[in-house]
Amino acid sequence: MSGGATFLGMPAFPVNAAAAVQDSQLRYNLRKATHTIRGKRALAVGELPDWTELRRAAKEIKDHTLRNLERYLVRMEEAVTAAGGHVHWAADAEEANRIVADLVKATGETSVVKVKSMATQEIGLNEALELEGITAYETDLAELIVQLGDDWPSHILVPAIHRNRSEIREIFREKMADWGRAAPEDLTDEPRALAEAARLHLRERFLSTRVAISGANFMIAETGTLVVLESEGNGRMCLTLPETLISVVGIEKLLPSWQDLEVFLQLLPRSSTGERMNPYTSTWTGAAEGQEFHLVLLDNGRTDVLADEIGRQALRCIRCSACLNVCPVYERAGGHAYGSVYPGPIGAILTPQLRGTASELDASLPYASTLCGACFDACPVAIDIPEVLVHLRGRVRHPRVERLGMRAAGWVFNRPARLARTQRLGGRLRRFVPGRLPGPLSAWTDTRDIPDIPSESFRDWWDRTDGGVK
Amino acid sequence: MNAAGSRERILSRIRSAVAGAGEVEITRAYRTSPDPAAAAGLVGLLAERVADYRAVVHVVDEGEAAATIAAALARRGATRLVAPDGLPPEWAPGEPVTDDPPLSAAELDRVDGVVTGCAVAIAETGTIVLDTGPGQGRRALTLLPDYHLCVVRAEQIVAGVPEAVGRLDPSRPLTWISGPSATSDIELNRVEGVHGPRTLEVVVIR
Repeated sequence: MSGGATFLGMPAFPVNAAAAVQDSQLRYNLRKATHTIRGKRALAVGELPDWTELRRAAKEIKDHTLRNLERYLVRMEEAVTAAGGHVHWAADAEEANRIVADLVKATGETSVVKVKSMATQEIGLNEALELEGITAYETDLAELIVQLGDDWPSHILVPAIHRNRSEIREIFREKMADWGRAAPEDLTDEPRALAEAARLHLRERFLSTRVAISGANFMIAETGTLVVLESEGNGRMCLTLPETLISVVGIEKLLPSWQDLEVFLQLLPRSSTGERMNPYTSTWTGAAEGQEFHLVLLDNGRTDVLADEIGRQALRCIRCSACLNVCPVYERAGGHAYGSVYPGPIGAILTPQLRGTASELDASLPYASTLCGACFDACPVAIDIPEVLVHLRGRVRHPRVERLGMRAAGWVFNRPARLARTQRLGGRLRRFVPGRLPGPLSAWTDTRDIPDIPSESFRDWWDRTDGGVK
Repeated sequence: MNAAGSRERILSRIRSAVAGAGEVEITRAYRTSPDPAAAAGLVGLLAERVADYRAVVHVVDEGEAAATIAAALARRGATRLVAPDGLPPEWAPGEPVTDDPPLSAAELDRVDGVVTGCAVAIAETGTIVLDTGPGQGRRALTLLPDYHLCVVRAEQIVAGVPEAVGRLDPSRPLTWISGPSATSDIELNRVEGVHGPRTLEVVVIR
């Protein structure tokens, strides 16, 4: 099923992307979705006269929190405990999964309902629970589509963005019965009918499941409060109805004070779905309304990211996905090519920092960008993604052909006389330059045209015509 | 690695990761109080923004509230209603179901709807916030029934998110509601009502 583990062993980004761009259905689905959401976001953001000031405050609140993370995490722990909750610390994915599995087993239950959560996907929680005989049911509509389709999420906010309505209908008809209530016989591909099928399928489960697992968008150190933003109400179902609630939250999701929420509740909905506010936001502090509450604080590589002076700004991310929707590379390659639960520009800087760059895929991610900077402009917490990409490129070696090419170019550019001779040679031989380069260089020309080589360089033209006078 | 060990390990990693980093001051130059001109039009703005989410909105005088609610419920054909503790009786006509002793989830799933008040409403975003206080009930009450009618009094309306955050008590479980339950997961088409109430009706008392 969906999860971090399924991404292991994937080839490098260029290989995945090359396959994805051949899929015209995928390109169509993505283009339509990203352009729609881009337009909505621009309207919602344009409505706020103080967007720049909110963005600055958000960046500073996050940086301040990261600088003082130790103090605020301890404060969070105290506040949650004082409100009747239990706090657990998980250094890595394995430990987090072990803690959650043990907590579920202690309840005697063998199934749990889940609120969409990036953190639990990152640690492969569903797969880990399955090995312990516990079934985790995703309840977000898009996550349900992904889970039933035995697929991977491809977008932070709209995990099934790569699927269109007729594909979703097929998945529901073929798979719903295996997981619970079957899809209606006469199911059409109308979004309303599909949503209704999901409502019926999941409602039985909400009413009968006694353990829920969530993440959180924010947690507030001052008060010990957790905050979940959502649209469908599946989050409220999971957060409210079960007797036991387990929340797995990355340590960077912290905000110092209750007041800080006023900044992020304005930035997040407008940046992510392009709405003034998302339909539902739930907040709870400790054991609310008699529920048993466990908070699992997750590191899993975050402290490594924190240790990098340039890279640590990635921890400001509030998972709004605005950077995905404006990225020309994401729009064509799709989310799966990034081989991580964090796709798009933010994934290209977050994944290689969280996982390291030992694998071919992770080493290729800092190159999965044109450095156009649209992501930086869109980011509500002002993460300078291009800066981090360039910083990370310094850490992983460029491909051999590229290094040789750059060395040759350096040799030519270093002496004006060499450059002039090379240009004259190029001009004379221009008829013999092929449209497609041979060997490993073909990777470049497969997706690009070689520019026409002029018969004469600008300098030669300047000399010959005496600056255009003759 | 046992749990206590991980706590110390994570905290010490953080300590060494940020050693030497400079302190960051927070600038709050964004709007935190409404401009006086806008304050006068809050009722109208709230009504407009709530309606933008395809919720049904009525703006009425205090004396008309009970009749408006009764007519809305009649139009809906909602006879089995839940009324939370502390709700003014004229807001839930007939013999509403009470939540004392607490109704089971299955029972709540079978009622026609719920009528509540709220704690705060935000005009700019079209949001109503429930804090489980009097007239609002526990969180499940506004979640399981398919129809939610919410009554907002003028003095509960604030202009923006900062004023709402300032009025609310974080120790209470809060539910912020902006329109009915909705999804945009299928080709980004907005569809109302996936899991929460499919119909939200708001009566604003000006």
